[in-house]
Amino acid sequence: MAVPLVAVVGTGQAGFQTAASLRQEGFAGRIILIGDEPVPPYQRPPLSKSYLARESGLDELWLRPESFYTQHQIEVLAGETVTAIDRADRRLRLASGGELSWDHLVLATGARFRPLAVPGAELDGVLPLRTLADTDILRERLDQAREIVVVGAGFIGLEFASVAIARGAAVHTIEVTQHPMGRVVSASISRFFTEAHRRWGAKVSLGTGVTQILGAGGRVTGVETTDARHLPADLVLICIGVIPNAELAREAGLAVDNGIVVDQHLATADPAILAIGDCANFPTPFAVGRVRLESVQNAVDQARGVAAHIAGKRAPYDKVPWFWSDQGDLKLQIAGITTGHDTAVLRGDPGDGRFSVFCFRAGRLIGVESVNQTADHVVARRLLASDPKLTPEQAGDESYDLRAHTRRLAAR
Amino acid sequence: MPQITYVHPNGTREVLDVPVGTSVMRGAILNGIDGIVAECGGEMMCATCHVYVEEDQLGRTPTQSDDEKAMLEFTASERRPNSRLSCQLVVTPELEGLVVYLPETQV
Repeated sequence: MAVPLVAVVGTGQAGFQTAASLRQEGFAGRIILIGDEPVPPYQRPPLSKSYLARESGLDELWLRPESFYTQHQIEVLAGETVTAIDRADRRLRLASGGELSWDHLVLATGARFRPLAVPGAELDGVLPLRTLADTDILRERLDQAREIVVVGAGFIGLEFASVAIARGAAVHTIEVTQHPMGRVVSASISRFFTEAHRRWGAKVSLGTGVTQILGAGGRVTGVETTDARHLPADLVLICIGVIPNAELAREAGLAVDNGIVVDQHLATADPAILAIGDCANFPTPFAVGRVRLESVQNAVDQARGVAAHIAGKRAPYDKVPWFWSDQGDLKLQIAGITTGHDTAVLRGDPGDGRFSVFCFRAGRLIGVESVNQTADHVVARRLLASDPKLTPEQAGDESYDLRAHTRRLAAR
Repeated sequence: MPQITYVHPNGTREVLDVPVGTSVMRGAILNGIDGIVAECGGEMMCATCHVYVEEDQLGRTPTQSDDEKAMLEFTASERRPNSRLSCQLVVTPELEGLVVYLPETQV
């Protein structure tokens, strides 16, 4: 029998980790990583944080040096695009004209920048932040930009804003909802970060959208808002979310619904095709129904899951989700998924800049959001791995020892 | 450039020249040392760059932050008094000759 071949579409953190974990699992077949970006696998979080701020360089961005791939016999096709999946013959078609047979296919295709469909979005100076190439452009533009409008107050928009503020630019962040980062955090964390950005000198307009982007001579000059204001800008960052890269799967006849639909083993309806990371829509015990998560944790843990699966160790995927965001001197750490909570309990004093919000649904702890409070975050990750058995009263009582609570659960 | 020694669980030693200002974690990653995973890239979110520092050299290493102490609760291998996250060990001339032991597993 020929050696089995695992093809991984996508060279982001999920694709890279799949290959690395397959080798750790002792997989002896061929591994081919295919990605359309013309560079080796790199980390995405620093693109809106330390790399954007020029506090770290390219050396620190690569997930591994090129020698790693040679040493572990991982073939990387960078700058190559997969144009179709042939399920019947188990082949991939490549933009360069070639074809590739596979025995297992891992779709780690990620997500792409969601464009803003308004007049003027094509003007020079209206930019996205998703890839290394995007950030390299933004680094240059930040050197000259004086007035910046950030459209969309999610993690990326606010991280970019905090870097731009620190570099001395005038920053105005506009958000169409009333809650920055509202898709993923509680109202109190949202308010706290809104106030922090204002304290740092930025303007933040909530409930505000964009009707058009204004320009002169092909270059952006400002943004017209839904409340008919004209905000001057020489740089406009568009960060209103992403679109999961699910077209390949859909065209191959696989189910797609806010990402590639997979089961608890991260397999599509075709058991030889798995999907992980930003592009995968999966069932989880940490939410009601299905989710699609965009995070390092999700990419890495799901990659480990499918590597073990391919190596014959099958287990449902059930890792505790966690996330982080760095903005100015604030580190936000989230354990679990807090969306859909009915009770939010504060532990600590936001006035001190160190506190957590414990989120409950129907009396059960579902997630914890911590600001500069890693100790709470660590406890939360432990608690959420099983039934936390923590009451809102205990969570809100700072004299109640959470670590002792965790130890008691473990001892049971 | 300070020399840092990485000792694998089987006793194999790898000696690297790590530039001042680079972390012991990054030095390992850049030189392809297996045994350091560093899944969060040095953000102190994951504890997969865990090392044991040679006991009599502990005094030379930078002070542990509260965040590092908290995250060390997540090490996959046993936490010991000489456990550190190697992303927090930024190399200085004082760390010349540092010896770190890689744990059995990081995940």
